[in-house]
Amino acid sequence: MSNDRITQLQLYDAFIRRKKLTFAISVVATIVIALFAVSAGSLDIPIPEVIKSLFGKGEPQSQIAVMGIRLPRVVAAIIVGATLAVSGAVMQCVLQNPLASASTIGVSQGAAFGAALGIIVFGGGVVNSDSAATAVSINNPYIVTICAFVCGSLSTGVVILLSQFKKDLGPGGLILAGVALSSLFTGCSTLLQYFADETKISAVVFWTFGNLGSAGWTELLILAVVLFASLAYFLLNRWNYNAMESGADTAKSLGVNTRAVILISMAICSLAAAVAVSFVGIISFVGLVAPHIMRRFVGNDYRYLIPCSAVAGALLLILADTFGRLIIAPVILPIGAITSFLGAPLFLYLLFRGFKSNG
Amino acid sequence: MVEVRNMTFAYDKTTRNILEDVSFDIQRNECIAILGNNGAGKSTLLKCIDRICPAEKGVVLVDSQNAYKMSRTEMAQNIAYVPQISTYANMTVFDSILLGRKPYIKWDATTEDREIVSDIIHKMKLDSFALRTVSQLSGGEAQKVMLARALAQQPKLLLLDEPTSNLDPRNQHEVLQTVKKIAQENNICVAIIIHDLNLAIRYCDRFVFLKDSRVFSYGGLDTMTPENIEAVYQMHVHIIDYMGIPVIVPFPDEKVTVKSGETNSPENLCGIMARVR
Repeated sequence: MSNDRITQLQLYDAFIRRKKLTFAISVVATIVIALFAVSAGSLDIPIPEVIKSLFGKGEPQSQIAVMGIRLPRVVAAIIVGATLAVSGAVMQCVLQNPLASASTIGVSQGAAFGAALGIIVFGGGVVNSDSAATAVSINNPYIVTICAFVCGSLSTGVVILLSQFKKDLGPGGLILAGVALSSLFTGCSTLLQYFADETKISAVVFWTFGNLGSAGWTELLILAVVLFASLAYFLLNRWNYNAMESGADTAKSLGVNTRAVILISMAICSLAAAVAVSFVGIISFVGLVAPHIMRRFVGNDYRYLIPCSAVAGALLLILADTFGRLIIAPVILPIGAITSFLGAPLFLYLLFRGFKSNG
Repeated sequence: MVEVRNMTFAYDKTTRNILEDVSFDIQRNECIAILGNNGAGKSTLLKCIDRICPAEKGVVLVDSQNAYKMSRTEMAQNIAYVPQISTYANMTVFDSILLGRKPYIKWDATTEDREIVSDIIHKMKLDSFALRTVSQLSGGEAQKVMLARALAQQPKLLLLDEPTSNLDPRNQHEVLQTVKKIAQENNICVAIIIHDLNLAIRYCDRFVFLKDSRVFSYGGLDTMTPENIEAVYQMHVHIIDYMGIPVIVPFPDEKVTVKSGETNSPENLCGIMARVR
């Protein structure tokens, strides 16, 4: 082989190393921010003490704060952020739409309706008026979670059934079906709230704010299993997603069963997002923005975009949650509002800089 | 050798067939031109051969193996297809061509895969763009990348849907020369949809004329007659002989009769042109 080609391969390897480095830097940044997030709060715990507590050797007070309150919250942010971000990245690919995310095909709206149903019809919510920050709490949360999950997945089920019934429904058709179902669920939620009393409406509104603190270790275990299972499927299909970026015909000619990949990926994305949303409430924008941030660094190469998006989603959600906890402490601002609040300017910035990427 | 037997296809059962009993074969090292006017079913034929649009009836045999019974991956190792309109992914030229190795990749691309890609990049003269994003290239350069990706599949049959439509004249010749050279070096069968009949004559060995969903005429250079061309394209043509190379000159509106005493020569063409202008 000529020297030119050896140099070309070396340049390509260097180019790939840069993508790997981006992933490594994001992971380190996430760990650092996560440690800071565990240490910061109304009780200030120094980072060395946090690390000691993680290994069970901290002071009893900080041990309780770290292992019982702060760590589950940060782990929830990591898992939920990663789940929503990878779902968004994969949906943007299979639906060939940069705006696709769990909310595009009605998962969030379905889950919100499910939560409203659980609270209003099945009595999952009661009022607790201790302080302004915890004005409303949800009792019997499992009814709410189950209802949110069932309705969140329902919209995907309907979209997939429609696509089975009408075989030539392309990515555009799937999105339109999702938008129609979102609107149906929003209408149903509004009607339910219209006939509900004030306390139940408050509980519904509180649920839709999103709350990372509502997930305990058992819930986190379920969320982690869902994240790793879906991540495994997505990574196995990363070459298929790369092929699909070149259009359906090219992907088919490269050996991709496009129809199966689209439907199975959509089902997994929506189920993973539905599980995440049903445990912690509506968290918007992370699924949309995290993949787009990473596209700027690693391009549309799904070999790196999937893991990098997961880390970016985790990082964004920890940042948003920590910001929400600290900005007017001890009041904790709702995570759903913070993600949109931070996400929108970031998204606009990306939009104005254009979607050009270094490949 | 590739045999296409009795291909019949309709997008919708209620409408007429787009392809009706289309049969032809392609020998190793051979380049076949698929010719016909717009809507004749040329692109559909290639998609049927590659099972992108599965045919209702008919088979494709690649070295006597029924391609319609192969798995998708196996099929991708045998048949490569470059569509007329490609979506250019936001990926580098190298990564886009590396996608051609997908049917062979188990978990990740091997050094051999990368070397094959590097080799094709060099053959297609894409070295200076290797790490540029495909969407940043000109239409012609991007088209070359799509062709390179198909070559990286190392197929037995290469299907090209108007591979020269975005290229300037020099690149048209360069790309077709490369295709022909690679086809000969690697024993590949090639089917090209092409509208430029002169390029077809120059680079293709045999010609399949499609008309009204059927094969109208099929054969070697002897089928490239003004009668066949006129019947398929509904357009008058004059074929002149330029230093042994037949040159097809179209006259869309009127039939130009060659006066007695006029020979088929470039000088004659000037005379004919002067008459019709």
